[in-house]
Amino acid sequence: MINKIVPSLDEAVADIHDGAKILVSGFGGAGLPTQLLDALVAQGAKNLTIISNNAGSGGVGIAKLVLAKQVSKVICSFPRQPGSSAFDELFRSGAIELELVPQGTLAERIRAAGAGIGAFFTPTGAGTELAIGKESRILDGEEQILEYPIHADFALIKANLGDRWGNLTYRRSGRNFGPLMATAATCAIAQVSQIVALGELDPETIITPGIYVQRVALAEKVTA
Amino acid sequence: MSTRYTGYTRRTIAQIAKRIVQDIPDGAYVNLGIGQPMTIANHLPDDKEIIIQSENGILGMGPVATGEDIDTELVNAGKQNVTLLKGGSIFHHGESFAMIRGGHIDICVLGAFQVSVTGDLANWRTLDRGAIPAVGGAMDLAKGAKKVFVMMEHLSKSGESKLVTQCTYPLTGVGVVDMIYTDLATLQVTPDGLLVIDRVDGLSHAELESLSEIKLRETNND
Repeated sequence: MINKIVPSLDEAVADIHDGAKILVSGFGGAGLPTQLLDALVAQGAKNLTIISNNAGSGGVGIAKLVLAKQVSKVICSFPRQPGSSAFDELFRSGAIELELVPQGTLAERIRAAGAGIGAFFTPTGAGTELAIGKESRILDGEEQILEYPIHADFALIKANLGDRWGNLTYRRSGRNFGPLMATAATCAIAQVSQIVALGELDPETIITPGIYVQRVALAEKVTA
Repeated sequence: MSTRYTGYTRRTIAQIAKRIVQDIPDGAYVNLGIGQPMTIANHLPDDKEIIIQSENGILGMGPVATGEDIDTELVNAGKQNVTLLKGGSIFHHGESFAMIRGGHIDICVLGAFQVSVTGDLANWRTLDRGAIPAVGGAMDLAKGAKKVFVMMEHLSKSGESKLVTQCTYPLTGVGVVDMIYTDLATLQVTPDGLLVIDRVDGLSHAELESLSEIKLRETNND
């Protein structure tokens, strides 16, 4: 029998090793798996590479991981945010490496990893600083640059409903990077708001089919 | 720094937004960048259906949410809580940027630090020491949207023209801008340079050129 449901958030992240590459869903706070990140802070793995749209803000989520000095590299599109001071200070002092990636290229590099694409050409970023050192080619009459997939050891994802096969649904714009990231990690871990019995999810509404997901952990109810 | 003239009143951000809306046709799919462009969502007219796409996976985005409508899982590109219109849809980032990069967005409106006479755009990074570089979806939008509108102040805080012969800030895209809407004028990027479509009352073409520190083409009806 398949049962991807793990008993706790702590157990879900227990084997994340020092030096792991971790995809983290979210766009600002929407879709950010804050409880899995809290568990990772408690677990203490170091020297992590975080791949996410942002670099954390307001001392929660990725910012908490950054403040705990667990992150050595961030691959993201938009680290600059109100309240992103945790990242800003460590970046300026050279303690954190930043790889800045245009948002669409970030999404596509993650998609490529999950879809077995070896690399792809895109006109995004051609002629800019972010193309420096990258192979380029004239395709369809315009300069395009070669981009490589981003694979990761783990993905931490916030979803809404999940079942024991790992099927997931999302809520509103909290979906953002989740479905892509689930496909690109060796071990995709979903934090869900509710666990439902197999068969309860309408097959038409499942956004992430269970094949991509290794672990499902129930988020604790947050009292406002 | 240019001479200051006094015979005109600058357009407010709301007035620039309304001027841009005039140029967005009924039925257009439009993406709004972070900053001033996001305010356009508050000026959508009743007589046109304009569909707003948000890079984080929303089509049919509505105005900023208030009170009970606030849902922390429904945000715009600037991470403000927003609403979803009837007929709106949600999709993941891969889909959203396939939409953007695949040429399906009619117009994107972006802010800018500088725009060159040939339509080069610089809007992601200043050269200030210690500034954190952040690109977001700007490079994807600059390349992928069918038309790129820029909404910005005509002059920088220190009074320098943001219209330039060549950008000195790092580029977002090369030759990507079609239209420029500022607090002083509306300009079109043409193969022969920037064409002034309109300018605020009380500001002459010569004064606008002087403030812009570059040669501008005059419209015939001037």
